[in-house]
Amino acid sequence: MEHHISIEKDIDINAAYQHLIHPKSGGICTFIGTVRDLNNDKDVSHLFFEAYEKMAILKMQELAQEAAQEWPLHKIVIIHAVGEKKITDPVVFIGASSAHRDAAFAASRYLIDRLKEVVPIWKKETYQDHSTWINAHP
Amino acid sequence: MSTHPNNQSPEAKPFKDMKIHTFGAAKDITGSAMIDFPVEETFVKVKDLKSLLFQKYPELVHLPSLAISVNLFYASEETMVNKHDEVALIPPVSGG
Repeated sequence: MEHHISIEKDIDINAAYQHLIHPKSGGICTFIGTVRDLNNDKDVSHLFFEAYEKMAILKMQELAQEAAQEWPLHKIVIIHAVGEKKITDPVVFIGASSAHRDAAFAASRYLIDRLKEVVPIWKKETYQDHSTWINAHP
Repeated sequence: MSTHPNNQSPEAKPFKDMKIHTFGAAKDITGSAMIDFPVEETFVKVKDLKSLLFQKYPELVHLPSLAISVNLFYASEETMVNKHDEVALIPPVSGG
């Protein structure tokens, strides 16, 4: 199982997809997390993402290995963005390819759920009058 | 006053303090992405290190959680930290 894991300033969606193509894969599942304009009923103007890059890469590699042990996958892609992000920008790209779709769906779901729980990346939301770091997990 | 040529440079005392990376809300509280934190012994338990940090930076107590990573792995409260290890303060994560 091959994987592509990285932290980027901007996510190139097409390049990310290219990493998932595999001749034995009949299904490719992707999830893209994007910046929305409202959180807790407050208007968000933009977001800022910060990562502990070395540890984040290591944790994402661990998650990819866990998924590869659980499902028959050919490729895994995990890319997270850092820096300032505008409304609608992609901030995380998750993808898995496999012979059949069930494994790709399940692995993608697992990877994004676990990423949000354990990967050391932080989001700061800026509203019209102030900003705050988001405490999501735990 | 010492006449040691490196007296004023950080290299003159490379092992005096533990260097701790900080991120997100923890970085805002400590005021720096990397703090030099004095610990007397070469080894310290994570829970004791956290107590010392809470004394110096009381606002850290108000975070919903504060994990410590040692050499890029989440540490338990009982983990022994060598002051030369790569240590980081991990407030609640919010990626994705």
